[in-house]
Amino acid sequence: MTNLLVIAEHDHATLKAATLNTVTAARNIGGEIHLLVAGNHCAGAATASAKIPGIAKVLQVDADHYARHLAEDLAVLIAGLAKDYSHVLAPATTFGKNLMPRVAALLDVTQLSDIVGVENADTFVRPIYAGSMLATVRCSAPVTVITVRGTAFAAAASEGGAAPIETVPAAPPLGVTRFVGQELTTSERPELTAARIVVSGGRGMGSGEGFKLLEDIADKIGAAVGASRAAVDAGFVPNDYQIGQTGKIVAPELYIAVGISGAIQHLAGMKDSKIIVAINKDEEAPIFQIADYGLVGDLFKVLPELSAELDKLPPA
Amino acid sequence: MKILVAVKRVVDYNVKVYPKADGSGVEIANVKMSMNPFDEIAVEEAVRQKELGKATEIVVASIGVSQCQEVLRAALAMGADRAILVETDAAPEPLVVAKLLKALVEREQPNLVILGKQAIDDDCNQTGQMLAALLGWGQGAFASKLTLGEQEIEVIREIDGGLETVALKLPAVITADLRLNEPRYVKLPNIMKAKKKPLATLNPGDLGVVLATQLTTLKVAEPPKREAGIKVADAAELVAKLRNDVKVI
Repeated sequence: MTNLLVIAEHDHATLKAATLNTVTAARNIGGEIHLLVAGNHCAGAATASAKIPGIAKVLQVDADHYARHLAEDLAVLIAGLAKDYSHVLAPATTFGKNLMPRVAALLDVTQLSDIVGVENADTFVRPIYAGSMLATVRCSAPVTVITVRGTAFAAAASEGGAAPIETVPAAPPLGVTRFVGQELTTSERPELTAARIVVSGGRGMGSGEGFKLLEDIADKIGAAVGASRAAVDAGFVPNDYQIGQTGKIVAPELYIAVGISGAIQHLAGMKDSKIIVAINKDEEAPIFQIADYGLVGDLFKVLPELSAELDKLPPA
Repeated sequence: MKILVAVKRVVDYNVKVYPKADGSGVEIANVKMSMNPFDEIAVEEAVRQKELGKATEIVVASIGVSQCQEVLRAALAMGADRAILVETDAAPEPLVVAKLLKALVEREQPNLVILGKQAIDDDCNQTGQMLAALLGWGQGAFASKLTLGEQEIEVIREIDGGLETVALKLPAVITADLRLNEPRYVKLPNIMKAKKKPLATLNPGDLGVVLATQLTTLKVAEPPKREAGIKVADAAELVAKLRNDVKVI
């Protein structure tokens, strides 16, 4: 019998979208699924979790020392609960990537990172070498600890279920780490990993000012704005814009890459997008090899034209 | 203050890799190997802490085949003081690497361990967090800035929404993200000097660690390829295609 524990990523009040993709991966493995919501005053997130169809039980844990989701403290809690489960899963976000190896080590088991496919309860597919290769691996650990790549699994429904919520006691704090502060990027635009359309800029944007042209386009089509590593390293935009192997993985319906040459590390973060558009003045740029629509031209001329064309477009 | 840095030897960043003909793994025979780029950032950070006068000794360690000595020499050329190779036949799983590093930590008693956040071959992103768990230490994963104090280290971490700052009690484990620093270009005299720095070799048995395996790779294959599409002449044609042909805007 498989019993699966999914670790919810949340802000105490609401669930983060990646949790729903992780639930789908758990369903593909099969078995009874419990969802752990650990935080402080996280009844809101627990209630939202209970509405996901197919969840057998929600475990809610509230404690001061879970308020900031510190991996050091959460790992002790999860490792304690994990003995009752065959699988423990979390989203492969910076939250899950920080936390789950720590959980696995406390359980003395290996961990599977960033799975993109479930073959059966012990065999999984995961990308290696920046996604240029897919490895099928079998895990023989007594508890299988997994992080799930959200873009590889559809989001589970967020309404329709009515799972019971059980309160679970907190584990003691480890007390080695103290939260100091957070500097979050605020934006009116959709969240990058959940957006239906992503407009992304590279070194070719030339400056943070160049990105204003992209933001103008993004706002006309309801898109999120992303960037290549080169654009982030150049200081045009903050780190959380980065799409690629070491940044965010996105797979929107439409991805518009502007002034991005298409290094493999960038492609790793976006090549599963449904439709890819590339705008670049270098017609030899590798990005054109994977683009459905390529437009060779100077982006500082093309973007204003694109903006004007979008203005002319009648409502869909 | 002593800093331990762990480095991995991987297929060079610029090399395109292919699956072996039988699909059992990745072909790495006769392929250029280098230090994992994130580990290079880890070494650079340790050297900078020493240059700031905050660290006094840097020990660099690698786990794997005897050719890992090359990446250890590279780290010594960057400014590490001495090196330890734990020799194994192949690269063990992250949990085993973490256990070997834990044993090294117990021998060397560093105040800080710095690793790269992930290796660019298996893309696991696990070893640092696992080591911190085994030691019961705090972890500053995906670090983009370090401020090293006497009792604590303050770490700015790259997270999905932006940046987070945490303070870890020392000793602690740090994993380096891309923007922590830009590794230096190593000059020839330092490469020559590195050849004379001490490099010790140990076996896993010396450290009391058994090389267990919990993962079996059944198959390695290339993902389905995307085909190049068409070129459009201008913005008007692009908008027309997106609206009428694929209906995404």
